[in-house]
Amino acid sequence: MDYFLTEEQRLLQEIAYEIVKERIRPVRAELDEKEEFPWAIMRDLAQSDLFGIWIPKEYGGLGMGILENCLVVEQLARGCIGIATTFAASGLGAYPIVLFGSDELKRKYLPPIARGEKLAAFALTEPGAGSDVSAIRTRAVRVGDEYILNGTKQWITNGGEADIYSVFAITDPSKGPRGASCFVVEKGDPGFFFGKKEKKLGIRTSATRELVFNDCRIPRSRLIGKEGLGFIIAMKTFDKSRPGIGALGVGLAQEALDISVEYARKRIQFGKPIISFQVIQHKIADMAMKIEAARALIYSAARYLDTKADAPDASKIAAMCKVFASDVAVQVALEAVQVLGGYGYMRDYPVEKLLRDSKILQIYEGTNEIQRNIIGQELNKEYGRIKESFIR
Amino acid sequence: MDFELTEEQRMMRDMVYKWALKELAPIQEKVDEEDWFPPDFFKKCAEIGILGITIDEKYGGLGSDVLTQTLVVEQMSRFAPGLAMTYAAHSNLCVHNIHRNANEYLKEKYLPPMVRGEKIGALALTEPNAGSDAMSIRTRAVKKGDKYILNGTKIFITNGPVADVFLVYAKTQPELGAKGISAFIVEKDFPGFSVSRKIRKCGMRGSPTGELVFDNCEVPAENLVGQENMGVHVMTSGLDVERIVLAGGSVGMAEQALEYAVNYAVEREQFGQPIANFQMIQQKLADMYARTEAARLLVYRAADLAQKSPRGGKGTELTKMAAAAVLFASETATWVCNQAVQIHGGYGYCLEFPVQNLWRDAKLYEIGAGTNEIRRIIVARELTREAFARKAQR
Ligand SMILES: Cc1cc2nc3c(=O)[nH]c(=O)nc-3n(C[C@H](O)[C@H](O)[C@H](O)COP(=O)(O)OP(=O)(O)OC[C@H]3O[C@@H](n4cnc5c(N)ncnc54)[C@H](O)[C@@H]3O)c2cc1C
Ligand SMILES: Cc1cc2nc3c(=O)[nH]c(=O)nc-3n(C[C@H](O)[C@H](O)[C@H](O)COP(=O)(O)OP(=O)(O)OC[C@H]3O[C@@H](n4cnc5c(N)ncnc54)[C@H](O)[C@@H]3O)c2cc1C
Repeated sequence: MDYFLTEEQRLLQEIAYEIVKERIRPVRAELDEKEEFPWAIMRDLAQSDLFGIWIPKEYGGLGMGILENCLVVEQLARGCIGIATTFAASGLGAYPIVLFGSDELKRKYLPPIARGEKLAAFALTEPGAGSDVSAIRTRAVRVGDEYILNGTKQWITNGGEADIYSVFAITDPSKGPRGASCFVVEKGDPGFFFGKKEKKLGIRTSATRELVFNDCRIPRSRLIGKEGLGFIIAMKTFDKSRPGIGALGVGLAQEALDISVEYARKRIQFGKPIISFQVIQHKIADMAMKIEAARALIYSAARYLDTKADAPDASKIAAMCKVFASDVAVQVALEAVQVLGGYGYMRDYPVEKLLRDSKILQIYEGTNEIQRNIIGQELNKEYGRIKESFIR
Repeated sequence: MDFELTEEQRMMRDMVYKWALKELAPIQEKVDEEDWFPPDFFKKCAEIGILGITIDEKYGGLGSDVLTQTLVVEQMSRFAPGLAMTYAAHSNLCVHNIHRNANEYLKEKYLPPMVRGEKIGALALTEPNAGSDAMSIRTRAVKKGDKYILNGTKIFITNGPVADVFLVYAKTQPELGAKGISAFIVEKDFPGFSVSRKIRKCGMRGSPTGELVFDNCEVPAENLVGQENMGVHVMTSGLDVERIVLAGGSVGMAEQALEYAVNYAVEREQFGQPIANFQMIQQKLADMYARTEAARLLVYRAADLAQKSPRGGKGTELTKMAAAAVLFASETATWVCNQAVQIHGGYGYCLEFPVQNLWRDAKLYEIGAGTNEIRRIIVARELTREAFARKAQR
C-alpha cells in the first residue's frame, strides 16, 4: 500500500533496509546466541547518519520527526529488534536533552549522538519503581556547584555501552512527583558504576544493565530543564517515543509474515504447498490485516503528532500505537512459529527468535496495561468535556 | 460421574511433585540455559518407579493406567517441561507402544531394561519432508534374508541423541502408501545407524532432539513390531494415548505458571499496593485459572477414556477426545504462560525467572505430536463423520 511518503522518507527506509539485508540478517542469530552487543552495526547506522534523525539540524542532526524515526526503526526491526532497540534507546536517551536541555547541554551532547559516535541511554526504572515511576528513590542532592546522586537504576537499555545517560532522580522528596528531575550523567563520572548484564528471553544482543550511583558527582549544569520537571520530561519523551515502539512491532511482524508466506509457498505436505490449505491462508490473511492496520495507525498518528506539537491527546494516541502494534507483533510471531511447524521451533530458523523478541514490546516503555490505563483515563477526561449525549 | 482420583493416582501425583521440586527444579536453569540433558535422569526416574507405569508387572512395570502416567508428566512439567517430554517420549511413545504392539519375544527382550532405565527409548516417525503428512515418509525397509535393510533420514526425534532403542517407521511397500508402512525396533549399535546432529530449539531444552540417519542399517527381521505393512496400526494405536499423556504436560505448565503469577501478584507492589489489587491482574488470573481447570478436566477425562477404550484411531470417540484434549490444553498453556510473563513485567523477561521458560516450552505442544491445525481437522472429521454417512444414505 502507498502511504504517500516523501522521496526523502522513502530514501530513509531504503537506507535502513539495505543495512538489514546486508548487515543484520546475516548476523542476527549469532548475536542472539552469543548475547553480543552489535557495535559493528551501530557503526554502519552511524555512517548512514541515521542516529541524527530527530536531533535538530543546528546540533548536527537531520531535524526530522516521529514519522521518520518510525520508518527507520520499522525497517531495522525487520532485521532484529534487539539491534533496533539499541538504536532507538539512544534516541530515547537523547530526547530529554532535545526537548528540555539548555543550549550548552545540547551543544555538548547532541552532535556526538547525532554522529553515532556516542550512544545515549534513558534511565528511569528502579527495582521498586517499574510501572509506578513516581516511586523512584534515586536521590540527587545539590551541594554547591554539583549534584550528588545516590541510588540504583534497573534494566537500562544500552547501560554500560552508552556514554551519555539521561537519569531521573528525586531532588525534593517533599514534593512527590513534582520533586523529580532529570540529569545528564556520563560514563566515567565519579561514583557511577554498572551492574551485570541481564540475561533475557529475547533482544539478547541489546545490553540491559543496572546503573549504580554511589555518591556520584556531576556539575550543576547537567540538570536538564529545571528542578521538578523530571516526570514531565519523561512523559513528553514517551509521547514521542512510543509510536516508535509500535513501529518496532510492525517491522518484526512484517518479517514474521514475509518468512511465513515464503515458507508456506515452498513447504509441501499432502502433495501440495501448505499455502493451499485454507487454515494457512486464513492465518496469513489475519497476520497481514493486523500488520497493515497497525502500520496505518502508526503512520497517521506519527504525522499528526509531528504536525501538532502540543496535541492534547498526544499521550493517548502514542499509547494506542504502542499497545496495538506490540499486541499484533506477539500474535503474529506466535502464528509464524505455528506456520513453520517443527521448523519454526528450531533455532536454525529465524521465527522462534522473533517470538522471544516480540514479548518485550508489551513490557518496556510502559507495559500494555499501563498504556490502556492512559487511554482509558484520557477517554474519561475527553468525554467529560463533551456536552452532547449519545445515548439518545 | 466420578471426579476423584484413586488413592494410587493421588499418591503418584504427590510423590512426583515432591520429587520434581527437589530433584529437577534446582537444575532446570542449567538444563534450559545449556540445553543440558542430565545423564542420570533416567536412573533417577527408575528409582522412583515411573518408567513403566502402564507396563505389565511381569516386565517390571506397575501395570497402572494412562491417567496415572498423565499425572506424572503433568507434575514433572511444572518444573522441567523438557525433561518431562523426554520422559514421555521414552516411557509412552516408545515403551508403551512396544508393550502394546510387539510380540512376547521383543517385549521380554526390550521392556525390562527400559523400565529399569538402563536403556533409553525414542520414537522415530517424522522426516524432513513428512511432518503432518506422516504417511508420506520415505525411509525404506527392504527385506534381505533374515534382515531388513533401512535407508532414510528422521528428523526432530526426541531423545534421538541419547537413546538406545528406537521404534522406527519405514516403508516396506511404498506403492501401497499408508498400507505399506511397518514398525521396527532399531538399536543404536546396529550397523548403518547414526545420529547426525542434535538440533537447537526455542524451548524444551534439555530434551535432546536429533536427526537420525539410516544408511543400509541392518535390522534383524525379528525386530519387526506387529505385522509387516501394518505399521499404521501400531502408529495410530499409540498416537491417541501419546497425545493425552503429553497434554498432561500442558496442564502442568499452565498450573505452575498460574501459581507463580498468583504469588508474584501478591508480593509485587506498585502504586503502594500489591498488583493483585488491580482489576486487570485479577481478570487475567481468573481466566488463567478457569482455562487451566477446564483443560485439566478434559485431559483427565480423555485419559480415563483411553484406559477404558479397547482401541483408538479413526472413527473412535477416543481419537476425537484425545485430539481435542491436547489442542485445548496446549493453547491454554501457551496463553496462560504468556499472561504469567506479562504479570511479572520486566522480571518476566529475565532468564532468572522461570515463567519465560514455561512460555517457550508450552508453545511446543501446539506443534509436536501433530500440530493444532491437524488436530482440529481430526476433531472436525470425527464430528461430521456420522452426519456425512447419514447424508450419503438419503
Ligand atoms: C529488556 C528491558 C529493557 C528495558 N529498558 C529500559 C530502559 O532503557 N530505561 C528504563 O528506564 N527502563 C527500562 N526497562 C524497564 C521497563 O520499562 C519496565 O520493566 C516496565 O515499565 C514495567 O515495570 P516492572 O517491570 O517493574 O513491572 P511492574 O510495574 O511491577 O508490573 C508488573 C505487572 O503489573 C501490571 N501493573 C502494574 N501496575 C498496574 C496498574 N496500575 N494497573 C494494572 N496493571 C498494573 C503491569 O502491567 C505488569 O503486568 C526495561 C525493561 C526490560 C525488561
Ligand atoms: C521438539 C520437537 C520434538 C519432536 N519429537 C518427535 C519425536 O520424538 N518423534 C517424531 O516422530 N516426531 C517428533 N516431532 C515432529 C512433530 O511431530 C512434527 O514437527 C509435527 O508433526 C509437524 O510436522 P512439521 O514440523 O513437518 O510441520 P508441517 O507438517 O510442515 O506443517 C507446517 C504447517 O502447515 C500446517 N499444515 C500441514 N498440513 C496441513 C493441512 N493438511 N491442513 C492445514 N494445515 C496444514 C501445519 O499445521 C503447520 O502449521 C517433534 C517435533 C518437535 C518440534
